[in-house]
This record gives sequence, C-alpha cells and structure tokens, in this order.
Amino acid sequence: MTPSPALRPATAAELVDLVMQAAAQGTPLECHAGGSKRNVGNPARRAQPVDLGAFAGIVDYEPSELVLTVRPATPLAEVEALLAANGQMLAFEPWDAGALFSGTTGKATIGGTVGAGIAGPRRLTAGGARDHLLGFHAVSGRGEAFKAGGKVVKNVTGYDLAKLMAGSWGQLAIMTELSLKVLPAPRSTATVVIEGLSPEQAVRTMSAAVGSQVSPVAAAYLPAQGGRPSQTCLRLEGFAESVALRRDQLAAMVATEGLATACHDDAPATLWQDIREAAPLRESETLWRAHLSPSRGAALAEALDRAGADWLLDWAGGLAWIGAPAGADIRALVAAEGGHAMLMRGPDHVRSSTPIRHPEAPALAGLSQRVRRAFDPAGILDPERWG
Amino acid sequence: MSLKMPDVCRATIARRLEIAAELRRIVPDGVICTETELKAYESDGLTAYRQPPLVVVLPQNTEQVSQVMAWCHAEGINVVPRGAGTSLSGGALPLADGVLLGLSRMNRIVEIDYLDRVAVVQPGVTNLAVTRAVEADGFYYAPDPSSQIACTIGGNIAENSGGVHCLKYGLTTNNVLGVEMVLADGEVIRLGGRGLEPEGLDLLGVVVGSEGLLGVVTEITVRILPAPEMARAILLGFPDTRSAGDCVAAIIAEGIIPAGMEMMDRPATQAAEAFVQAGYPLDVEALLIVEVDGPPIECDILLARIAEIAASHGASTSRISQDEEERLRFWAGRKAAFPAVGRLAPDYYCMDGTIPRKRLSEVLERMAQLSDHYGLGVANVFHAGDGNLHPLVLYDANQPGQLDKAEAFGADILRMCVEVGGVLTGEHGVGVEKRDLMPAMFDETDLAHQQRIKCAFDPELKLNPGKVFPQLHRCAELGRMHVHHGALPHPELPRF
Repeated sequence: MTPSPALRPATAAELVDLVMQAAAQGTPLECHAGGSKRNVGNPARRAQPVDLGAFAGIVDYEPSELVLTVRPATPLAEVEALLAANGQMLAFEPWDAGALFSGTTGKATIGGTVGAGIAGPRRLTAGGARDHLLGFHAVSGRGEAFKAGGKVVKNVTGYDLAKLMAGSWGQLAIMTELSLKVLPAPRSTATVVIEGLSPEQAVRTMSAAVGSQVSPVAAAYLPAQGGRPSQTCLRLEGFAESVALRRDQLAAMVATEGLATACHDDAPATLWQDIREAAPLRESETLWRAHLSPSRGAALAEALDRAGADWLLDWAGGLAWIGAPAGADIRALVAAEGGHAMLMRGPDHVRSSTPIRHPEAPALAGLSQRVRRAFDPAGILDPERWG
Repeated sequence: MSLKMPDVCRATIARRLEIAAELRRIVPDGVICTETELKAYESDGLTAYRQPPLVVVLPQNTEQVSQVMAWCHAEGINVVPRGAGTSLSGGALPLADGVLLGLSRMNRIVEIDYLDRVAVVQPGVTNLAVTRAVEADGFYYAPDPSSQIACTIGGNIAENSGGVHCLKYGLTTNNVLGVEMVLADGEVIRLGGRGLEPEGLDLLGVVVGSEGLLGVVTEITVRILPAPEMARAILLGFPDTRSAGDCVAAIIAEGIIPAGMEMMDRPATQAAEAFVQAGYPLDVEALLIVEVDGPPIECDILLARIAEIAASHGASTSRISQDEEERLRFWAGRKAAFPAVGRLAPDYYCMDGTIPRKRLSEVLERMAQLSDHYGLGVANVFHAGDGNLHPLVLYDANQPGQLDKAEAFGADILRMCVEVGGVLTGEHGVGVEKRDLMPAMFDETDLAHQQRIKCAFDPELKLNPGKVFPQLHRCAELGRMHVHHGALPHPELPRF
C-alpha cells in the first residue's frame, strides 16, 4: 500500500495531541527524522509516518560541564562537528548507520542514534549510548510529555529511565530533547595491527591486551580475506607520550607471545570506520548483529566459518557482525554460544518472515511487555516493526 | 520523625509469630524475631529514622529468596531488602509490618573470569572484597563508595553507588553487566550477561539504582579492570572557591579527566587537618586534591600540566605527591572529612546534591546565608569533577528542634541544587530522606511514568513501599488513559 504522507508536528504540544489521538484510535505511528534506519525491522507494516524534523537544534552546550543538550532531529554530523570544534566527543563512538542500512549517509540524527543504541568500537571501554544519555524529555505512547534523568553527569534521583530509553528503538516514547555526557577527545591515537592470528589466538590476544595496563580503548578482528591475512586491531588513545609508550609495550607483549607475523601502526585511516560500519559485509544478503561473552567470540567465528557465513568481531570478541545468505540459521549458531542476534538488514521477504529481535526467555518477555505497555498502553509506537 | 510512612497493617503485625514460623520453614537457620535482635536492624546509615522490622529473614541462596518472596506475595506481606545497611538515605529502613530480607549471608564470590574480565558475585559480597579477590592478578573493581569496606554489591546495585573515581570510571551502572533477580512474586529472571548489550529493553539499566523497589538481586556480574600502573595526586590550595572552581573547569578544558578531583571548603579543610594532620594548608578557602593514574610518564605529564593550570588560577599551595605514602596522606584528610566534621558538633547531617559546576560559588554563598538563617554550621566536601556536593549540616540532636532545623536546612540546599540546574541526589539515593522532595524535580506526570515501571515489576506494591515516591498510586489508577468526556482533543486536526 502507499504510505500516507508524514505528519510533521512543530511543537511538543502538537506531538502530544497527535500521539494522544493515535492512542485513542489505536493508530500505529512510525516516528522518524533522518530516516537512516527506517529499513531496520519488518517492512510489512501500516504505520502512519511522523516526521520529527522540527525537533532539531542545539539547546545548550557548555564544554567544561561535559554536558550537551540537543533536540533529537539534530544531524549526528552537526553534533560531532560542534564537539570536535571544542576538542570533545561522544565517547561511545556513534556512527552514521545509514551507510549500512540504506546506503546513504548524512541523514543519521542524534535522537535516532541514541534511540537505536548505536555505538562503535570504543564502546568496549567507554560504554554505550546508554552510558552517556543523562536525561531526556519525551512524549510517551500515552500522549503525555514527561522528563527523566537530569543535565548533570552524576544523578541517582528516581529511576534511571535514560538507560531504558537508549536502545529502545522508540518503543516507549518519542524523545524531544536529550542531555548527553560528553568527554575530551583523545589528543593522540595509534593503532597496532597484528596479522595472521587465528580467531582463537585473536580473542586471547585482545583479552590479554584489554586486561593489561596497555589499555587499548578498542579491539577488533577481521578474518583473512582474499590474499590479505587476518587482522587483529588494537587502538590506543590518550596523550601522545602515553600512547607512544603503550604502543611499544603492546608490541613487546605481542613479540613475547611469538604471535605476530607483522606488527605495525600505520593502519589506514578508514580501518576503524570500516569496522564499526561492518564495511566488509556490505554486500551480504542478510546482516546480523550478535552480542555474546567476548571469550565465546572465537567459537562463534568457527561455527560461522563452517556455515559459510562472513563475519567480523569487535568489542574484543563480544560483538559479531555476520553476513549470510537468506535462509542461514544464524540465530541458532549465536544462541549455541550463549549470545543473541538481531537481524539488521535483509531483503523484504526475509525481514517480514524472520523475527527481527532475538526471542527473550518467557519470564523476561512478559516483564518487557509490561514495561512497554507502561509507556505505550495502546501499542501504537510502531509495534509491527518487530513482528 | 515527621516522615509519613504507609499505613501499617495491624493484622500482619498480629501474625508475627506465625510469619516467623513459615519463614523458618523456608530458611530454617535464618529467621530473627526477638525484640532485642530485631533492634539491630532498626535503621541503616540514616540513623535519624528508626523502626524495628516485623521479622528478619536471612536466606542463603536464590531458591530461598524466591520462596520467601513467593510466600510473602501470596500472603500480601511487605518486604524490605537490605545489604549491609549503609544507605545514607533510609533505603533499607524497615517497616513495622514488613519482612526485612537480609542478603548478608549470600556473600560468596561465584566466579572470576579474566578472559571476559568479569567477577560473578552474590549480593552480600562487600564492594572491597571484589577488588581484594582480583588485585593479586592486577585487576580491581572501579566503583569505590567511601563505605566500601562494609557496603555490599547488592546494595551498590540498589543505590547505583559512586565514589571518588566515578568521573573517569563510572558509577555502578556503568560497571555491571548482568544480574539474576527475584521478582516480587518469586519469579527468577536474568538481565544482561557477560556481553555488553542486552537483547531487547535495557531493564538492567533501570534495575540499577531502583533502591530495592523492583526486585531482589541474587547474583551480579561486574566488570573488572586492569589496575592502573601508578596513581599520583596533587594538593592545591586557593584563596577563594571561585578560583578553585575555574581551575577545575580549566583542567577539564585541557582534555584531562582526572581519576579523582575532590574539593573541600575552609571548615572541612580545617576540621580534617585538626583531626588527621594531613599537612593541609590552613590559610585557604578551598582545597583541591587532583589524582591522575596510568603509566608513570602519563602521570608526570598530567601533573605538570595541572600544576601550571593551578598556578595560572592563583593557587597559593601546590604540592605533588612524591611517593605513595604522601599520596595517601593527601587522601587521609579527605577520607576522614566526615568524622572530622563530626567533631565540630554532636551530630551532622550529610546532604548529597549535584549542581552544574559553574554554579558552585553562587551555591556556596547562598548556603552560607542559609547557615546564618538557621543558625547551624555547614562544611562542604565536593566531588568537583562531577559536581556532586556533600554539605554537612552541623547540629545537636539533644537540642529540641535542631534535627528539624537541620532537615529543613538540608531540604533548602537540595531545592537550591535543583533550582540551579542540578539534581536532588548524586549518589546517596532518594530513599525516605528525599522522597518528599521529589516534586521539586519531577512533576506528577514525570513521577507517574517512573512509577509505572514499579507497577510492571511489582504490581501489588509490596517491595520496599514508602521509599522514593512521595505518593504511591495504585497501579490500576496509573494505568488509565485520560480521554476527556469521551471526546478526542483538537477535533480539527487531520485523522489518520
């Protein structure tokens, strides 16, 4: 069917009215701003589009307070440019998911990024979107405007709804303002790439490095491809003198283990961008994202190899991006290693016939549903997306 | 005590012995119900409020916790969970008609896994015991509340505890990966695991800091970190608090996130120095301790930069610790600040608000005016890096009316924190102490959205009632949607 034209509320009051009506009528809503992640989820849904584009702009930013308050439709690139101009960053390393989901970049917004819990390689040590969302204003599925959390970096007043909101994919409420913790950007960065390790060696090496005083902020593994040997990538950040010293320590550690066939720090600038955007898997028919215990990453990798799937590991083994042909039972392989997998991209027929999210244990599923209904009793916040 | 707690159920109190007998069936060697023994549990760290519990039960495993919860649920009996009872906000204050569920006997470290860099512990394990268990292998557990020798990980989860290092290393919530918990009806669930992101909603995120209102956590998986190679500190004294505050902002602007950054005002500095002779200068209005950690070369460079910044902000004292002994001496005064201030008056009342750092001088000035108004002294220690202020209000509980005055003074301070853009509590929790101040920060709709979470976990409202929410609405009432006279608002808007 042809989608209805998007409604475009201009103020929070208009958004409240709109949601209240939708709740009363049981009309599902699909809220978006840049739309970079609209292709995630079941394509067969009949929700009324709501364009949140009017909720854009920086509200308040005081670098020395380490807090940024911003409206959700503000482009991610604009937020990052503002922070960079002040020597700061969003430490969870958010990235423009449009590259992966729709093939177009530049549309990702800060609200969508936090709402989807998009975090890059530094999430391993710096925390995710949930760790940097301090507070928010929103309109819940009840059609009521409310706020939670605060605009300071340390706060335990009331339930920490910000954690719940980050990564909820808009299933609870529509954010109209976000306050984020920001941090100084590293003054210096170096990447050490170790070539030729097996998945098992790589996971052990990443674990040893992250658990040492060398303290890499990110650790990822790209399996051998074509003529290129596998790459175990460790990123160091900080003040220049400290980075230089720790880079040497890391090289010595690797040499002692007798692991390296090559060890260098002249990695291409695009290496980490490619890892966080799962670029090597861009052409795959379906794309999955799996979370698991880092130590199980190697076993999952071997199972995926046997199944003929492509993959890469990030977060020292705790995150696997998996590319596979339609029909491959990726979820079962991930579950066998104690993890869970979400279908991130795939042709329409796959996304409309495969559960997008990993099924929860029954007791947990019941509780999650009660929490969703607490915010959205009429079930209007795009429920079919996850069907 | 002026605080109104939920109406007591006399019928439940009349059943005390029967309830004790039933609980003893589940936990044969772990039920306390004699008056003298119950008195030991009558308060937590907020000793102004006291109430012996109906019965205490001390289970030893998840199965027993589940059975206790299921039985209390079936009988409609309130339950208050408790770790070590060090809460400063009354989070573990017992109820006259409630079972106090103590987790102190569940104190086993279940597993340590260096490959995944996690420790799996039971809730009664103390915070410091986690670090003790892994330090020989070069690891530690980062959150370090000042009560860490006594407080438990279960309690840390309930309160989302912080500590002096949390600007760099995060609060409890940033260091917990998973929990096993028992819901109010006895059902056992797991949230999170050893991976970094949960599947579905981040319910763990809302359980941490929920002050024992959502469930009883029975096992916790925490992240452990490699211990920094070295830590060093610099002691800085300033002639006024504004310069000290500006210095803090300048350090952060330089891109430095210190491992710890603590400020003390003149009364706190003087009291600490008199108490432990830490070598603090006595001619300063504000004292800063800034700690950095990491490789020695990094510590050297950062301390040199911090010293330069401090000099340009008019620091009158600037001393870098030359060895571990000196670093610990710098901290000895700060760590003894509370008991030191306790020597200035018979009692003190510790507050815990957070403010935007740039408002510090103004807040301290207004606090001095309030101090004159109430005729009570105040000393301040301040987690300067994250804006978490701990004013210590001095009073004498034996003087009629002084406790009430101290509480009124404290409430004024917290309302001021909210007014300048901050929050009611940075790390001690709402509990009973700040419960009735919640409307200063959240309106009714905000609170209703929080309380519906409570309803999703505990629809009968039997877990730790009387805490956090100024008014506990019945869940059915909160669930209603408001449709005005059966008509939709704004009929002129397009229909979908």
